[in-house]
Amino acid sequence: MGSTASTLSKIPDVETLMQETGFTPAHMVRLYDRFKALDKERKGHLCPQDFGAIKELAENPIGDRIVGAFFSQGQETLDFHSFVRILAHFRPVDKDRPRDPNVPEPINSRSNKLKFAFQLYDQDKDGKISRAELLQIIWQVLRAMLEMQVTEEQLESIADRTIQEADLDRDEAISFDEFRKSLEKVNIDHKMSIRFLR
Amino acid sequence: MVPRWPAFLPLLFLVSLLCFGRPCLASSSSDTSHGETATSSGHGESGGHGESGGHGESLNITTLPIVSWKWSHVTVPYFVALWILVCWLCKLVFELNHHLTSVFPESGLLILIGFVLGGIIWGADKAQTFTLTPTNFFFYLLPQIILDAGYFMPNRLFFRNLGTILIYAIIGTCWNAAAVGLSLWGCYEGGAMGDLDIGLLQFLLFGSLLAAVDPVAVIAVFEEVHVNEVLFILVFGESLLNDGVTVVLYNVFDAFVSLGGEKIDAAEIVKGIISFFVVAFGGSLVGVVFAILLSLLTRCTKNIQIIEAGFIFVLGYLSYLTAEMLSLSAILSITFCGVCCQKYVNANMDEKSVITVRYAMKVLANGSETMIFVFLGITAIDKTIWVWNTGFILLSLLFIFIYRFIGVFFLTWILNKYRLVPISIIDQVVMSYGGLRGAVAYGLAAMLDESKIKEKNLMISTTLIVVYFTVILQGITMKPLVQWLKVKRVSSSELKLIEKVNNRAFDHVLAAIEDICGRIGDNWWTRGWKKFEEHWISWLLMKPSARKSQDYIFGIFHKLNLEDAANYVTEGERRGSLAFLRTDDKAGVDFKKKFGSEFAEVMPDIMADTSEAGFGIENVPVTSIIHDSVPSVSLNIYEEDMRNTAQDINAHHLLQQHLYRSRKNHRHRYSRSHFGINESENEVQEIFQRTMRSRLESFKSAKMGVTPAKKITKHPKKVREQREHKHMSNGTAVDKSKTHPYGDEDFEFSEGDSASGVSGGSSFPMRVTYSAGAGIENPAFMPEMDTPPPMRNPPWAPGSDVDATVAPSQRAQRQLPWTPSNLRRLAPLRISDRSTDSFVMADVIPPPPEPEDPAQGDGTHM
Repeated sequence: MGSTASTLSKIPDVETLMQETGFTPAHMVRLYDRFKALDKERKGHLCPQDFGAIKELAENPIGDRIVGAFFSQGQETLDFHSFVRILAHFRPVDKDRPRDPNVPEPINSRSNKLKFAFQLYDQDKDGKISRAELLQIIWQVLRAMLEMQVTEEQLESIADRTIQEADLDRDEAISFDEFRKSLEKVNIDHKMSIRFLR
Repeated sequence: MVPRWPAFLPLLFLVSLLCFGRPCLASSSSDTSHGETATSSGHGESGGHGESGGHGESLNITTLPIVSWKWSHVTVPYFVALWILVCWLCKLVFELNHHLTSVFPESGLLILIGFVLGGIIWGADKAQTFTLTPTNFFFYLLPQIILDAGYFMPNRLFFRNLGTILIYAIIGTCWNAAAVGLSLWGCYEGGAMGDLDIGLLQFLLFGSLLAAVDPVAVIAVFEEVHVNEVLFILVFGESLLNDGVTVVLYNVFDAFVSLGGEKIDAAEIVKGIISFFVVAFGGSLVGVVFAILLSLLTRCTKNIQIIEAGFIFVLGYLSYLTAEMLSLSAILSITFCGVCCQKYVNANMDEKSVITVRYAMKVLANGSETMIFVFLGITAIDKTIWVWNTGFILLSLLFIFIYRFIGVFFLTWILNKYRLVPISIIDQVVMSYGGLRGAVAYGLAAMLDESKIKEKNLMISTTLIVVYFTVILQGITMKPLVQWLKVKRVSSSELKLIEKVNNRAFDHVLAAIEDICGRIGDNWWTRGWKKFEEHWISWLLMKPSARKSQDYIFGIFHKLNLEDAANYVTEGERRGSLAFLRTDDKAGVDFKKKFGSEFAEVMPDIMADTSEAGFGIENVPVTSIIHDSVPSVSLNIYEEDMRNTAQDINAHHLLQQHLYRSRKNHRHRYSRSHFGINESENEVQEIFQRTMRSRLESFKSAKMGVTPAKKITKHPKKVREQREHKHMSNGTAVDKSKTHPYGDEDFEFSEGDSASGVSGGSSFPMRVTYSAGAGIENPAFMPEMDTPPPMRNPPWAPGSDVDATVAPSQRAQRQLPWTPSNLRRLAPLRISDRSTDSFVMADVIPPPPEPEDPAQGDGTHM
């Protein structure tokens, strides 16, 4: 554990970050190591190309959307703090930890998880998932299936139907509120969490 | 209770009939269950009876008997059938009374009625003629229940929680067996039970047979309380999988008892442990092998569709028997056979066969479950098996109850450290409380060898008490408990595409995040398995045609569409015709759903249904059908006025050739092998699907005369140009529908099916057929609908932006506000056209979607 402490001390502002994200020191160390491993040129931050080096990610049909989610608009670099903050979305919700009403909602709360998902769809950041955006993600997600012979028409039908289900104000697009409502029954805490980040 | 009595009378009659028949069976010993499916002894007996009876009569006749009484000839099968009838009538009677079943679980009620029936038999015979024998139970009643459980297993949920389930099933069961056995032994040594001839090993044997949670009882009780799915799968999965453990423990201790205490050394114990793994994994392996066989078999049952459903039952049963023969865990075998084959079998078989399997499976499983509970009750009414030992029985009950709780809580405490979603305390309570024992335990107890275990009857009695206690008392209190503890219930499972799409996307997201974190997690495995499965297993076990349409989201989509179509037809029938589609803007049917592009897939069903139900095709001349029915169910509701006679003729020809004639031919024909199914119905369906798809296509483009022009003008892509070119070159009415905007490869979606098409035209992708000018021959009859009417041609030709301002037809305009989905029909093509190519190119790096053109947006909203 000595190495844990020493690594921790290298991370700037680690206490605040841990408080903000809820990660344990062990997580921080692990993520920091990973961060450094990804940052091959030791420039102290990551760029999209660094993510491109991950082989599986390149194969992921929506991999670059996810990479895109790490970089806030216009920015080409990602420091460790942002890296951890993004990953904190996927920390499982701990129910037993009492919630302090003064503290703002933790990053891994349900609505934050949903927001993260939403922005993956909403690529043009206009606050709405348009039909085109939806169609695109459906395309990517379904096309990932091998040998799937999907006709464009079927995809469109699915996209239409999906929008119909969620679109309450009938503006042909899914706003965040509509998105949240349509997924009310989905256990987001479960679906958007990764076990080892617990 | 009142409604019970009328139905009870025939029941009494049946029982008295059963008792009446008893003298014929008097020779048999009471341990043979005649009420049940014939056992070997039953068979022998019936054969004997049949022969002797027959001979006796034929020897002594003095004159030709016109009819003769041959009761003994049919005794055994007659009893089997009667008992099945009686048991099912019991269920029927209970289900008539909802107040009763809402308070008491059905399983408990069935046991209680079993007591009554047993009492009647006992009163008539002074002996229990009908009991549940292990042979009948394990060979004829249990397999279908387990097969049903496996076949309908929610696979994803099951495998996600497999680790947890295995921990409970293996460690939990071992703990239960050991703890109960040792505690009882301790109490016995302490003198709590008086004088019994039981040793430590026998206590352990007893503990092991009582350790396992019973799948039948668990299914029966938990299906009624609707707890959340994770909790259900944990209890249910445990109850299925712990059988392997129980059987091994039972066999091991049985062998140990035979060996005697002093011969057991370390080697024997090691052997016992090895045998556990062999039995459990061997059994599962047998099941998987049979599942593979089954899947392969269903790949080529296309020509014997009428019996292909039967293969599942036969092979499932064979997997059970094979495992039993190899002394492996039969329950695990048939479970895994069902679990592994379901996906491939469902994809390979005809949809009708899938439905057949589904219902037949439920009939068998539910039927034998009913019988099991009734016979558990009947069995109890037998003085000869009851040995009362207050200490032994009460302590068994107590220990079983307590150790179940301890085991569950301890294991959950460990598991919760690793689980993503911890199991809540309340769920743990329900899990512990749901540890019902059932017929498996009784069957095992009844199989004990009395020569080795002196107190067999005491064990049977105790087992029965435990079963009654858990099934009846815990079963009854389960529902109130679940309500009182506010256990999370299963949420109403409304199908929602958006959820499915999201779930799929989340899978990818999680996998990506795991990659970014650089750790191999659950999602990594899931993904790896999926890849492997898609690459190899599906390739091996699925028909090529089925493979193409296997996606889950499409499944949901298809289901939704069917649902819509059914509503649509219902609504049509309510109104007397489907004409409301044309005339009524505010039809009660949910247009938002109805007019989605979903028709592409559902239309055949609609056509079939409406043509049968609504229009009485058999009596109506074909021509009138064309005039009336087809337009009314066609999608082109805005265009009916644009039909012309030439297209009617096309349609006429088509219908005559492919729909109505075949129906007429098959309607009244009796055929064992075809069951009223038109052999070429697949082709017809295929034809319809294609027709509807392309009709929809034309519908989209033709509806307002707006979109197509837009497409052409704004996106002069290659495909578009081709399309345009075709329009121009052919210039016929048929034209528009024949051009499919997508590539050939897209069109192969259902090629596998169509390859078997009878009519040559239908076996080609539609576009080819049409452009070959084979419009008449082609079964698809959309020409009639799809003609671009003259008035809408202008927007096409100029190919300018004018189209955006072209006013839709009056009706369309009027309907727009009420059919918002129609609007989408405009947008889709436009947008997707744009993205099609980029998708193809950029599987890995898709371009960001282009924002909607505001001008076009306005256009669509017009």
